[in-house]
Amino acid sequence: MTNEIDISILLAGVIAGAAPIVLASLGETVTEKAGLINLSLDGSILLSAMAAFAVALETGSLIAGFFSGAVIGATVAATVAFFSIYLRQSQVAVGFVLTLMTRDLAYFLGNSYSRVPGPQVSPLPIPLLKDIPFFGTVFFSHNLTVYTSLLLIAFCWWYIYRTRAGLELRAVGEHPEAAYSRGISPKKIQMLYAACGGCLVGLAGASFSLCTKPGWGRPQGAEGTGWIALAIVIFGGWHPVKAAAGAYLFSFLQVLGIYLQGIFPSVPAQVFQVAPFPLMIFTLLLMYLAQKESVRMWAENKVWMKAVLKFFSGTAPGALGRAYRQD
Amino acid sequence: MRILLQNIHKHYGAVKANNGISLTIEPGTIHGILGENGAGKSTLMKILAGYIRKTGGEIVIGDAPASYRRPAEASRLGIGMLYQEPLDFPSLSVLDNFMLGQKAPNPPFSKGEAGGISAAEGEIPLGPPLKKGEAEIRERLSDLSRKFNFTLNPDAPVRSLTVGERQQLEILRLLAMGIQVLILDEPTTGISGEQKERLFQALRKLAAEGKNILLVSHKIEDVALLCDNITVLRHGTVAGEMRKPFDTIYLLEMMFGFPPDTPSPSGAFPGKQLLVMEQVSASGGRTGLKNCNVVIRQREIVGLAGLSGSGQELFLRVAAGITPPSHGEIRLRDMKMNGKDYHAFQQQGVIFAPSSRMEEGLIAGLSIAEHFTLLERQKGFWLKRSASAEEAKRRIEKFRVMGNPETPVQSLSGGNQQRLILSFLPEEPALLLLEHPGRGLDAESAHWVWEHLQSYTERNTGIIFSSSELEEILMVADRVLVFFEGNIIKDLKTEETNIHELASAIAGRIS
Repeated sequence: MTNEIDISILLAGVIAGAAPIVLASLGETVTEKAGLINLSLDGSILLSAMAAFAVALETGSLIAGFFSGAVIGATVAATVAFFSIYLRQSQVAVGFVLTLMTRDLAYFLGNSYSRVPGPQVSPLPIPLLKDIPFFGTVFFSHNLTVYTSLLLIAFCWWYIYRTRAGLELRAVGEHPEAAYSRGISPKKIQMLYAACGGCLVGLAGASFSLCTKPGWGRPQGAEGTGWIALAIVIFGGWHPVKAAAGAYLFSFLQVLGIYLQGIFPSVPAQVFQVAPFPLMIFTLLLMYLAQKESVRMWAENKVWMKAVLKFFSGTAPGALGRAYRQD
Repeated sequence: MRILLQNIHKHYGAVKANNGISLTIEPGTIHGILGENGAGKSTLMKILAGYIRKTGGEIVIGDAPASYRRPAEASRLGIGMLYQEPLDFPSLSVLDNFMLGQKAPNPPFSKGEAGGISAAEGEIPLGPPLKKGEAEIRERLSDLSRKFNFTLNPDAPVRSLTVGERQQLEILRLLAMGIQVLILDEPTTGISGEQKERLFQALRKLAAEGKNILLVSHKIEDVALLCDNITVLRHGTVAGEMRKPFDTIYLLEMMFGFPPDTPSPSGAFPGKQLLVMEQVSASGGRTGLKNCNVVIRQREIVGLAGLSGSGQELFLRVAAGITPPSHGEIRLRDMKMNGKDYHAFQQQGVIFAPSSRMEEGLIAGLSIAEHFTLLERQKGFWLKRSASAEEAKRRIEKFRVMGNPETPVQSLSGGNQQRLILSFLPEEPALLLLEHPGRGLDAESAHWVWEHLQSYTERNTGIIFSSSELEEILMVADRVLVFFEGNIIKDLKTEETNIHELASAIAGRIS
């Protein structure tokens, strides 16, 4: 392989590498749409990664591994939700403490599985489709986890914006008191979607240790993903498709960094590693501009600019982070 | 449906919001619940609507005693309520708002009562994809709108609607759910005269169809105009009842124990130029503010009239230095103020009191005393608690706020919050900008507030206030500016105009 960049392979790498971030961002988007913030993401990804690897290794079943990851993710998220909804404690405090606790728990319990060879998801190129030039390599030469992450983007969007249950989910995150007056139970909905979101976060962890960065160790390589996913949800304006786009952009910048490092060996490696973060801050600037009245008026007659602004505009669910109280 | 409320109690700790209320609501009538702020009207209605749970008493619907604990259960019995704080979803579309809580049309896998009710039980019916039933729901909404002469765009987000339109949407939604008893809590607050007319027409139509309408209000004119029966509440008990025709003086006596007198324009002679705007435009709100030319003098009380969102809100914020004008010149006592911020305006003695008391005027979670601490801008690092507590105590007494220095502000009632905000005003402001100072206040509180405000003009203060009540403007202002679509279309002395001229000017008709 020369220094020449094959675009299709690069993009395929982006899509494969982003799968866990996509899953985690989707999960957190679902949870936050219901009005809850699950700050425990970073730790619960690690714990579910460890559990998934350990279970898959002991049982020899990848499915059992993924399942246990999802259960761990859902349990941690449900704990945050329960403390907030029923015990009326701070989501931020509980989420933060759980993130530290689950991380340490993962390292402690996973000690004996460190650097042990284990099972991993095998590639499954889709026959016929994989032979389409360019697109075949980019989209259809992956494993099941990656395909699932792609399908889940569409499913989450469809569920949130096109089903009655999704409408109720948005309603609860927007104004739980009003939802209550219409016969919807905000507490149950919030618990439910916290767990659903947690499930996806758990799957993100599992896909790290069984697929993207196979195996367990300290560090595993998944560290920090949770915080990035939390940020991506905000950059994505609480919209599943935009959040996924954010995850791919992040992954793209990381992969690009690796390529560029090969081309410019004189530039310190850290420069490329840090590059995504200023870009994320820049996105926030665009989001601020998109909400400004004067900018909107300026873009009024410019079709192209209007579309860009629309993409970057997103508002948080009305009741995000505010615990609902009955009576 | 005949509804009997028997000996209803609701206690919050030692406070008895409802203390043994009994009343009967006849089918096919419009029943008014009248009372001043804090009389227990909203509490009683929320109990009837299932939103809060009663401490004691019984509700009989038709012939059978009814016990329910949730709004969804009440609406299954045919009781629906339009809450004072709109319980809707601003970021969702009109259609989504209309749909939420309603049964899905032709749900494929539900037996009978799916949708709203099973959701209350905790199951989430996925239902058919929204698109499937959407056409039918759209139809239902437009049919209902046509029936009541409402105009609602189903795809607009609810946050772009006026208060009146949001009300209309809620009424249609409740009717679509098959409501037989409609409760409206202060529906005439914050809506235009035209919208009020349309609302009253709709309510009369519904009553003629045999539905029960319950109208909760502290505005005696509205209740007397529309209702067949009136029950007056005072301090959580029934003070009296009356059938049509009504004797307003008697109703006032029941509300307050004595009829309050009404304030009148101060008639003070205007002094030197205070605020001058030349060709001022600004963007924001629904219409923006366009080419505004105004001179406000000392000792003047100027009312801003207009449909909500016609530019009055923006005018006040431009005058306060909060929103910068995009064109034109703004001067305070001959000093050019363009490009200066709110704090510079404050130093010139400009004080702004916004209408959303909790959002912009008060800080939830802080006590009354702490608000005074912030206001004083004490020097030094340590809080001088006793000094602010004393100051708070003094002002609480002077402004008759029901509370003590430690009371958190969010637990005060609307009228008390308004009085508290007034108590923050400095002794000698140059210009007071007040947004809906009388909103949500009963006649007695409003009277007190205006008497207090008028006393400022003796100290050369100019006052500009916005109000949706033309009567209030005519009663207290010396001059009125009428806003329409962001323009000031009339600038009149109140003594040379009347309510009919103002009402048609608000709607854009200038004779």
